[in-house]
Amino acid sequence: MQFPILTSLVVLPIAGAACLFLVRDDESHAPLVRNIALVVSALVFADALLLWSRFNAASGDFQFIERHAWIPTFGISYVVGVDGISLLLLVLTGFLTPLALLGSWESIQRKTRAFCIVVLLLESAMMGVFISLDLFLFYVFWDAMLIPMYFLIGIWGYERRVYAAVKFILYTLGGSVLMLLAILSLASLHNAATGSYSFDLQKIYALQIPPSQQGWLFLAFALAFAIKVPIFPFHTWLPDAHVEAPTAGSVILAGVLLKMGTYGFVRFAFPLFPDAAAQFAPYLAVLAVIGIVYGALVAMVQPDMKKLVAYSSVSHLGFVVLGICAMDTQGVQGAVYQMLSHGVSTGGLFLVVGMLVDRRHTRLISEYGGLKKVMPHLVAAFLILTLASIGLPGLNGFVGEFLILLGVFRWSPPLATVAATGVILSATYMLWMFQRVNYGPVTNEKNTGLRDLSPREWAILVPIIAVAVLMGVMPNLFLRPIEPSVNRMLNQIHAVAPVRVQVSHQPPAASHQPPSSN
Amino acid sequence: MPAGVSLRDFYYLLPELVLTGGALLVLIADVLLPRRSGHALAWITLLVLAATLASLGTFSGTHEVAHGLIAVDEFALFFKVVFLVSAAVTVLMSVRYLEIEGASPGEYYFLILCATLGMMILAGGIDLITIFIGLETMAVSFYILVGFIKPNQKSNEAAVKYFLLGAFSLGILLYGMSLLYGLSGTTNLRVMAPVFFGPETRHDPRLILAVMLVVAGVGFKIAAVPFHMWAPDVYEGAPTPVTAFLSVGSKAASFAMILRIFLEGLPAMVHDWQILFEALAIVTMTVGNLAALTQTNLKRMLAYSSIAHAGYILIGLVAGTPRGVSAMLIYLFIYTFMQLGAFTVIVLMRRRDVVGDELKDFSGLHFRHPYAAFAMLLFMLSLGGIPPTAGFMGKFWLFSAAIDAHYYWLAVIGVLNSAVSLYYYIRLVVFMYLKKDATGSEPSTTPALTVALAIAVVATIYIGIYPRVLFEIAEASARTLGVVGITAALP
Repeated sequence: MQFPILTSLVVLPIAGAACLFLVRDDESHAPLVRNIALVVSALVFADALLLWSRFNAASGDFQFIERHAWIPTFGISYVVGVDGISLLLLVLTGFLTPLALLGSWESIQRKTRAFCIVVLLLESAMMGVFISLDLFLFYVFWDAMLIPMYFLIGIWGYERRVYAAVKFILYTLGGSVLMLLAILSLASLHNAATGSYSFDLQKIYALQIPPSQQGWLFLAFALAFAIKVPIFPFHTWLPDAHVEAPTAGSVILAGVLLKMGTYGFVRFAFPLFPDAAAQFAPYLAVLAVIGIVYGALVAMVQPDMKKLVAYSSVSHLGFVVLGICAMDTQGVQGAVYQMLSHGVSTGGLFLVVGMLVDRRHTRLISEYGGLKKVMPHLVAAFLILTLASIGLPGLNGFVGEFLILLGVFRWSPPLATVAATGVILSATYMLWMFQRVNYGPVTNEKNTGLRDLSPREWAILVPIIAVAVLMGVMPNLFLRPIEPSVNRMLNQIHAVAPVRVQVSHQPPAASHQPPSSN
Repeated sequence: MPAGVSLRDFYYLLPELVLTGGALLVLIADVLLPRRSGHALAWITLLVLAATLASLGTFSGTHEVAHGLIAVDEFALFFKVVFLVSAAVTVLMSVRYLEIEGASPGEYYFLILCATLGMMILAGGIDLITIFIGLETMAVSFYILVGFIKPNQKSNEAAVKYFLLGAFSLGILLYGMSLLYGLSGTTNLRVMAPVFFGPETRHDPRLILAVMLVVAGVGFKIAAVPFHMWAPDVYEGAPTPVTAFLSVGSKAASFAMILRIFLEGLPAMVHDWQILFEALAIVTMTVGNLAALTQTNLKRMLAYSSIAHAGYILIGLVAGTPRGVSAMLIYLFIYTFMQLGAFTVIVLMRRRDVVGDELKDFSGLHFRHPYAAFAMLLFMLSLGGIPPTAGFMGKFWLFSAAIDAHYYWLAVIGVLNSAVSLYYYIRLVVFMYLKKDATGSEPSTTPALTVALAIAVVATIYIGIYPRVLFEIAEASARTLGVVGITAALP
């Protein structure tokens, strides 16, 4: 039997959490606890890299499939597998979790053991979401993930943490219950078509769902994902959750959790219901564009750094959704790339803001100013991540946004034009914030004695910046595994719904050109 | 039909006989043992329950006992196991509670066993007479148990309320039953069923009246809205272990009775009672959840939550399919453990000077007793239907039954209710984990309570992760009920 590498990604963090239970729960053991958690999460990352090295990037099919019966009377099984899209999201999850733990090394001073356990359980559930190829299994991980995140915000968050945690869990759960019904209906449809129940995604992909039934099923899935992304106007939980969450929570929330929504669109909502997707994509795209501009404008006036980065996420994820809605190779490929890139640069920004908050215990921009003179190294890192987030060529943010705009422009020039203003706006709010925090004279005397990066903080920022540069200069390293999977997904959509939507201006043949970044 | 009861009949009634004998044994032991021997009596009660459980395994297959008075089948067996397990957990919860309240344990355990006996007869009853006897045996035991803490005014008030409303509803149920008897000429459900398929009786307005009366009567027993008024007061006033037993055992038994009466006796009237139960399910879920949102007393909150859960379970009945019935059995089984577990934690909080059932008593519990808080967290998540707990699996099965039978709106209302309910379950979690003040009461554990809690925790996690065994047993049990006839009657 082959080594079940995907299952190991889920089990390893749980095993680590179980190990932590054996350590005495007092603060004198906190360093030991932190180190165990860090080692475990680093092992998970190594495991994910091993997966990548064995992955056949030329194929768009699901690989490393494991299949075990779970509840056979209802056709529920444990089916896991990866394609190029989920592979890189697994790697991203594995990459960010140790950094999130490192970023909370000193700021988490109470209930350290519980904190590490919660982060590891969260990692396990996130991995589970990305590898599930059974709808039931996917839903279990999708919901199970809420609990650790709830505690992360609720216990270790800032002042209004209880409010933010409850809002987070009620919003996301409220969105996902209808998806459960849609999943059940799919199994029921499978039963009607073939005579047996199944939740196996690949079997349900093969199902010809009548277009008349696709509408509400698509909407039920889309609502759950739209809240998670979040797409305007479902975004109101996000600023609260981000602002109140501890650094590790913000990093994981922005870096991985939001991607689950966009991943859901790519993996489930669009390929399962191509007719409905074609019908609703223009509306979704309009919401995404509203989100891009709205998020950027609201970010501009935020006095709170975390809130600013949170709203910038609304804007950046608008791009991802827009790219998916374009449903052509560049658009979707760019969307997947942007998911990874946003995880790296926004995760990095939250880590830097976390470092500032560790020093000064405030998130307000007005409390800072002139940091460049005090902490040149930290500010340099801050600058690189700011530029990465804006989308400066040569850094990670550029490639994704460029591909998305390219794909969308072919589909609908007006939408692409409005969305492109988001790029300009993002430069405005990010650079303005950067300028107010780091340039000028040191106005607040509390800022004078701040120490620069510690070795631990170097260890956090160097990998992040290295990846940001790598993604900027060698995008093909990441695009190569993505492309076949994206093409397979698009073929699946267009095979059923060959006629493109109302706003199409280009023949479908355009979508088969190789990506321009090659 | 030959009169008289043969020895074989007694053989099939062995579990009931063991339980009856055991109940009498407890009464005798109470007299013979020295005073203050609550532990010994609890042990005897547990042994009686274990012996009854063991005797359930002495025969298998489907039988009708005493000329169709009682059915011995897998359906009854499933429920009997639920009753015995919940009775055992209740006994474990009661030992210290009775010591603190200073109540006499002898009669208490005797009544617990009597109530269990009533439930077992109810689960097997396929004759209106048997059903009535079972129901009364259970109800009378509970009337006394609810008022068992004599010096406590709330307990007395609860008992009087429960008795008066219970007697009233029983009258309504009896009226309905007598109409059924009058129209069909038999009290046996299986004999009655084909009679009502006849074209002239089927549209008889008296039959519709009878169905409505029976629905109202059983609606009271499961605390379905609008027959739920008694539940919050009784749940709050009754001794906590009794509340637990009432909300689990009595509810499960009543659902067994409902399934027997409507699926075995009245399949001809399926369209009439389906509409009634659909309306009941929607109102019960919604009102139960909305009322629970504002409660600050945990027992009252769980009372309303238990009303809402009755609404969810009714979804399975409305679906009317074998899957629906098996979903009801599964949910009742799962509900037993999570509800008993939650009440066990409340009993943990009970101290000589603290009642420990207010929300604020749980404030910061995690910091004082992490294990109790974790168990309660698990039960709240399970009641709210979050994976990977048993409650999720139960809800999943119920909603899948509704979707399968094309009751989409019912399923939508169900899941939305389930999302609303999470608010009040999470609120308790907020108190336990996120509030830091140490004003809440200090829990104190005993071995018995630990065992009770462990049973509930293990079951809630195990079924949440590996529900296959339970699902298969429940499907097999549901098949032995006359459901197949029902699906044939459906369009």
